[in-house]
Amino acid sequence: MNHLVEIEKLHFSRNGRPIFSGIDIVIPCGKVVAIMGPSGTGKTTLLRLIGGQLRPSAGKIIVADKNVHRLNQTELYRLRHKMGMLFQTGGLFTHLDVFENVAFPLREHTQLTESMIHSIVLLKLNMVGLRGAIHLMPGELSGGMARRVAMARAIALDPELILYDEPFSGQDPISMGVLVRLIRILNEALGLTSIIVSHDVQETLSIADYVYVISGGKVIGQGTPKTIMEDGSDELKQFLQGLPDGPVPFHYPAPAIADELIQRNA
Amino acid sequence: MMFERTASIGRLGLVIVRDWGKSGQLLFRILFRLPKPFRGFPALLQQIFAEGVLSLSIIVVSGLFIGMVLALQGHHTLAKFGASMELGPLVALSVLRELGPVVTAILFAGRAGSALTAEIGLMKATAQLSSMEMMAVDPIQRIISPRLWGGFVSLPLLTLIFNVTAIYGAWLVGVQWLGFDPGTFWSNMQSSVEFRLDVVNGIIKSVVFGFVVTLIAVHQGYFSESTSSGIANATTRTVVYSSLAVLGLDFVLTAMMIGGW
Repeated sequence: MNHLVEIEKLHFSRNGRPIFSGIDIVIPCGKVVAIMGPSGTGKTTLLRLIGGQLRPSAGKIIVADKNVHRLNQTELYRLRHKMGMLFQTGGLFTHLDVFENVAFPLREHTQLTESMIHSIVLLKLNMVGLRGAIHLMPGELSGGMARRVAMARAIALDPELILYDEPFSGQDPISMGVLVRLIRILNEALGLTSIIVSHDVQETLSIADYVYVISGGKVIGQGTPKTIMEDGSDELKQFLQGLPDGPVPFHYPAPAIADELIQRNA
Repeated sequence: MMFERTASIGRLGLVIVRDWGKSGQLLFRILFRLPKPFRGFPALLQQIFAEGVLSLSIIVVSGLFIGMVLALQGHHTLAKFGASMELGPLVALSVLRELGPVVTAILFAGRAGSALTAEIGLMKATAQLSSMEMMAVDPIQRIISPRLWGGFVSLPLLTLIFNVTAIYGAWLVGVQWLGFDPGTFWSNMQSSVEFRLDVVNGIIKSVVFGFVVTLIAVHQGYFSESTSSGIANATTRTVVYSSLAVLGLDFVLTAMMIGGW
């Protein structure tokens, strides 16, 4: 099977703190792959590394047969034409209305006529169910609507790869259901490859073809949603079942409370 | 204790050098990635409107009052020496050489510079700059560059408007209120002011101030920490650093100009 993204022995540190210590991930073409893990494990950082916004300390990331971090800016920007990214906050331009937000990449990278841009924007917005919200400003949209507009903008140039950064966080059940459905439908209808970074277990597992779970800078589990759910390792069980204590401790490292109280009173 | 102090001085030095380096890199990228003509020109006009036209009210009102106060103070002092007829030259030279460029630049830093920093900082915090980058659009070229050039064009124009309104304010007080002869007021002013030495030098100062103040504003916004306190601190730094830079550079430029440069 062809792989659209290949991550090999990736190391990345921030302020001397290792975030990834030699992880290997492959993303097959046409699949929805979920990258899951507790908060602070570097899931968003991984997306930024794939998009070339950050540089790894070691290892390589191949996207569409190109080593992302060996490209100059022009080549990187050309590669990004094949990628769309949905940011956690939506990342919509607050000074532009919904129409102009979706039209932005088309105006920047194509020579299409105004009527063609108008038609494409309408089609993309129709796919996410927001054709009626065309003249609204980002401030007038709910969180779920903003993400759907950002989704329409991300697919405006018909990319091959789409990166979703925590698409379900902070959403009500209806918005969450809509987003889950949209991610799956768009992936199939447009022949995309999707990478979802999330810690919403049920929603993500319901649409993923393959799952990687990362924690402590390493891949602690991988497989289809079914095999992941059946995995017996403590780390995976704690994450998937939301157990408060386990390999990821409930308490932040500190001396024993009795010792600390005695020391303070003394 | 001594070692700690030396270390903290060293750390401060490193922070300053790093900031200068980042600012230099940003400037280099702005200068070598000019906005594209089709998209850049409308963006530049938009920025001249946002930074220049929207600053007009504060500049006009301040210019008017500063000119009026200058005329009152000038009259009060010059009258002691029987030199009231020199009110026109006093006001014109003070405004054209110093007050116009300096006060306009400081007001510009407070009005437009702080707004620029907050806008860019918020765009960064809400992932608008990152999403632009991921859409293969360079935020330096699309967002930062038009803002820098907008400030560079706006400040000299605002300085000219400030100069005109300040002199008008002085005329209102001197001629209309205190009853000076308008002919003496204007002819003394005309004979004392030299276009090259006074008007052009003042505009040269405002061109330098425009570039420096806007560069500080975009630098602070672009490198601000993406938190509410980070953006607030960056906005404060813009106003403080810009005001200090304007006053310091004014001294340097004045010394160069008086020295016959």
